[in-house]
Amino acid sequence: MYRIEPDALNELIQSLQKERYTVIGPTLRGEAIVLDTITSASELPVGKTDEQSPAKYRLVDKAEKTFFGASVGPHSWKQFLFPPTLKIFSARKRGETFEVSEDIESPESSERYAFLGVRACDLSAIQIQDKVFGGGAYRDPAYLRLRHQAFIVAVNCTRAGGTCFCTSLRTGPRARVGFDLAITEVIDHGHYLLVEVGTDKGEAVLSSVTRRPAQDEEIEGAEHAIRAAAQLTGRSLEPDQTREILYSNTEHPRWDVVAQRCLSCANCTMVCPTCFCTNVEDVTDLTGSVADRVRKWDSCFTLDFSYIHGGSVRPSSRARYRHWITHKLASWVDQFGTTGCVGCGRCITWCPVGIDITEEFRVIRETYLLNARGKSST
Amino acid sequence: MKKKRKPKLAVWKFSSCDGCQLTLLDCEDELLAVAENIEIANFPEASRHVVKGPYDLSLVEGSITTPHDAERIHQVRRSSKVLISIGACATAGGIQALRNFKDVREFTSIVYATPSYIETLNKSTSIADHVFVDFELRGCPISKHQLVEVLSAYLNGRKPATPTYSVCVECKRRGTVCGLVTHGPPCLGPVTQAGCNALCPSYHRGCYGCFGPKETPNTTSLSAYWMSLGMKNPDLLRLFRSYNAYAEPFRKESEAHEK
Repeated sequence: MYRIEPDALNELIQSLQKERYTVIGPTLRGEAIVLDTITSASELPVGKTDEQSPAKYRLVDKAEKTFFGASVGPHSWKQFLFPPTLKIFSARKRGETFEVSEDIESPESSERYAFLGVRACDLSAIQIQDKVFGGGAYRDPAYLRLRHQAFIVAVNCTRAGGTCFCTSLRTGPRARVGFDLAITEVIDHGHYLLVEVGTDKGEAVLSSVTRRPAQDEEIEGAEHAIRAAAQLTGRSLEPDQTREILYSNTEHPRWDVVAQRCLSCANCTMVCPTCFCTNVEDVTDLTGSVADRVRKWDSCFTLDFSYIHGGSVRPSSRARYRHWITHKLASWVDQFGTTGCVGCGRCITWCPVGIDITEEFRVIRETYLLNARGKSST
Repeated sequence: MKKKRKPKLAVWKFSSCDGCQLTLLDCEDELLAVAENIEIANFPEASRHVVKGPYDLSLVEGSITTPHDAERIHQVRRSSKVLISIGACATAGGIQALRNFKDVREFTSIVYATPSYIETLNKSTSIADHVFVDFELRGCPISKHQLVEVLSAYLNGRKPATPTYSVCVECKRRGTVCGLVTHGPPCLGPVTQAGCNALCPSYHRGCYGCFGPKETPNTTSLSAYWMSLGMKNPDLLRLFRSYNAYAEPFRKESEAHEK
């Protein structure tokens, strides 16, 4: 553990740039804190925080000049590792046959990202996407290349966001594994940054940054702040028995209630840091001599997504919402060994009508527990 | 090798502002490629040289508002192998469908010196309300990119990639921050069909619904939520009653706020 002063954060950014990384971090754009390229610490949302609730996000000024005083915003790191639009191949007509150029981007030309400010929930999300894109027989070369080259600076949360529920899912507020460096920003007894080294790569980047070994009370100060964030987390989602609960409640009346509110607009899946569904579109030019296959973020909330011969498998919003939450919390466990939810709260904040996944699941869960109790008493 | 005969294209206008058919001329970079692969046979906005029908492909702009229109569209259909209606007027009746909510005779009596000269229908309706339409391309105006996509899909015998999901999907792919969540209503994005690449929200404007209702739109929920934030019936009525006022989901929603 090291202590670095707020001024030295710029040195860290410069050190990453020297290693040819494009540094991505939280930065202000309009009415929100988004993720984008930054070149100095002054581009971080200094002295800003956010107030979040279902369908509501507002920026608020803080008394302290913190760098990482806000929670996760509308963007997630998925847009960098798993780009929203990606050309998969291009085919050109050559006489009677055609030529396919796969692997459009060469390894050299793909970005080397350094992510500055990855929260514990988002770190879990990246680890989940690692399994999705790199775990099975079918791997995603574009994701794996970008991921392999990425450098991760995690930031531990010392404040619970308005829609967060990582604590209940045990994915936060502290980053445990999967980072090169992890920062805790402490403001209680003077403003300082505590840096934990996760890898040799992290150690090397930190070597050119002004630092000193942290003292015990400085470490305790950081631990205290992280514990406080955990205690202040306002929402929760009980992760045990999610499969049993959802698989046994496919006809729960709550699905009709949520379908009345659900816009099937797909915002929840777009902002979710683990949702990975895509569609591929084949497009030709006017002459018919060039055809491109383009992969785009898609969503299980669109009709076309489950369209097969004869129609859509999930024509109603009821079926689509049920499918999404059941995949996220239950069948995801069968597929990948964990739930697909990390408790970041984005789907709650960015749903235009404020549907709350924790609340929907709580209602279903209560029915399940009631039925289970009923059975055991007879 | 014998050169393939180029398909003959005709562009037809009904009640409209011409903006959609001009999108074809706005293609600029792609225009030469279009002209190389399609014979522009009947397109008065581009050339007074008219090649007689029948036509392989007809693009129809505008809505049906007069008894004459209602007859002419049948002639257009008869002379076209494939008929594609383009724009909000042709697919939903357009902004002029606002008349559908009133008595059109009241307007003509106020606007025209001699209302008896005016021969007009009581309602402005879409092309598909009158004849079979092979494909409807939405938008007010249509997107140039989607027009080229529909033409290349037609030329290559494939399905056009013109998704019917919400504008939100395009906003999120672009990384645009949601205005509904950060500074409040109104934005019709969650109930409006994509196609414009979420243009207005990227300029800090709410979506005006130019591309009409998306697939399975839940306008009731969006309105109910906005009313809970303090929006009033007249505001909601105006929001849903614009370029696609007579598209059924928007029509029903605006009528629900008429009281």
